[in-house]
Amino acid sequence: MNISEKILAKASGKNTVTSGEIVDANVDMVMVHDLTGPLAVEAFKRIGINHVWDNKKVVIILDHQVPAESVKAAELHKMLRKFAKDQGIRLYDVGKGGICHQVMPEKGHVIPGTLMVGADSHTCTYGALGAFATGIGSTEAAAVFATGKIWLRVPEAIKINVQGRFRKYVTPKDLILTIISKVGAGGATYKSIEFAGSTIREMSMAGRMTLCNMTVEMGAKNGIIEPDEITRKFLEGRTAKPLASFENLKSDADASYEKVMDFDVTSLEPQVACPSSVDNVKPASELSGVPVEQAFIGSCTNGRIEDLRLAAQILKGKRVKNDVRTLVIPASQEVYLQALKEGLIEIFTDAGALVCGSACGPCLGGHIGLLASGEACVSTSNRNFIGRMGSTEASVYLASPATVAASAITGRITDPREVEDTQA
Amino acid sequence: MKVSGSVIKFGDNVDTDVILPGKYLVLIDPKELAKHALEGLDPTFPEKAKKGVVVVGGKNFGCGSSREQAPLALKYAGVQCVIAESFARIFFRNAINIGLPVIECKGISAAVENGDELAVDFEAGEIRNLSKGQNLCVAKLPPFILEILSDGGLTENLRRRLNKK
Repeated sequence: MNISEKILAKASGKNTVTSGEIVDANVDMVMVHDLTGPLAVEAFKRIGINHVWDNKKVVIILDHQVPAESVKAAELHKMLRKFAKDQGIRLYDVGKGGICHQVMPEKGHVIPGTLMVGADSHTCTYGALGAFATGIGSTEAAAVFATGKIWLRVPEAIKINVQGRFRKYVTPKDLILTIISKVGAGGATYKSIEFAGSTIREMSMAGRMTLCNMTVEMGAKNGIIEPDEITRKFLEGRTAKPLASFENLKSDADASYEKVMDFDVTSLEPQVACPSSVDNVKPASELSGVPVEQAFIGSCTNGRIEDLRLAAQILKGKRVKNDVRTLVIPASQEVYLQALKEGLIEIFTDAGALVCGSACGPCLGGHIGLLASGEACVSTSNRNFIGRMGSTEASVYLASPATVAASAITGRITDPREVEDTQA
Repeated sequence: MKVSGSVIKFGDNVDTDVILPGKYLVLIDPKELAKHALEGLDPTFPEKAKKGVVVVGGKNFGCGSSREQAPLALKYAGVQCVIAESFARIFFRNAINIGLPVIECKGISAAVENGDELAVDFEAGEIRNLSKGQNLCVAKLPPFILEILSDGGLTENLRRRLNKK
């Protein structure tokens, strides 16, 4: 079996499972946020059960419309706070958490080898820690609240082997955009994507999270990486739960894969996903004529401290172009505080960027930094669909924190290697 | 379980952001959501759908965000059923869970035109194009999914099952 099959077998009390099989699995953790939680709570009430199956296995995070941007949002937040209090559920409120997919791993809610579901499509991020994690809808989250169980079809797996060292200013974001362009926006629908190879073994947890985060942009059910010493080190001090050996969380040598793909990052260049499909990917160097009105560094894809350090390295001592609104949003309060201690907030502010409080920000066009018709934003987030960031006549280009920082300086999409390095 | 309606056709990779843009996610009344159904591709869709329609999509219908508000908006706008070459997995589950019938049918895009009248029989696994007098067969949905749909969604299904125990 591969690692995903091993986790699903354990979760459904079986010795083995095979792809295509439908299992009734026990869920180890379920998460909802402020835009999916209210419908889940309403559905839960309609089911007619008084208490969630296990209140220690439910987490609610307010991150999309925070701080409340409207009375409607405020009412939804109030409803979620009440539900959490009544049920004894952990809720991360404004100022206490940040973006759900950063907070869940950061606060020790993601344990390797467990089955995690979340009412958000980017729940697949947690596969970076060797969990089987997948996105579900609100009603299904309510069903998990009630029963602790979910039916899942065991997915076929695609193995992606990655070799080579990244060149300067080329990042895991550039790698995952390349992978998505090869696989296609629907090329991995219902499937599991397992990342392996020397590049992955040496990659930071932040980079691994960027990769797994975007597997859903190929339609995948989950993205996953075998847990190792980097995983163990990341979890140190974050969870009180004793971590078992990771030996059983490795894919067997004879594990079956529908397809194996090989990538080498040695000669990879910075990449950009152009409107309005994530698989419409071109090298940044070919897009240098594209002007941008907004640059956004943040989101569950690229709002971690490593991402902010990279952007700060490029922005230090420089100014963003006067007519480029540059937004920097640390993915969590922990990331924000670390950025503050390292002087990154000062670098961004000096450069003319606006640092906002930890939240999803403009990524989904709900709150803060929306685009007008005819405007373009170069963004470290994960989707560039029509209307994603505001007007249906605006454009979103997806890129790495290095490319976005460089583009903020020049006012057009820019290969970060063109901009002089302040740490030369 | 049977539904029918005239076809409104879309292409590949119809994402949930165009089905229900993010700025409306603070709305929780399905009737309010319905006013913005498919606004990203066709702002006149809610008006057209009122009479009861069948949405036909290409590959990877419903990709992107897990927002259940997307199938809810379609259902309350008057969509009787979505038939597509293939679906994104979260949308597929969400649609069934809120009681909006969805069915995969390879070749559907080429086989129907805008305005064709379709009748879908889920138990039989059959789509009939009444305008062209043509039958299209599809794989039957598993019994437990048909049961959720005929109960009107997962909450109703679960309430019935849990009360029985």
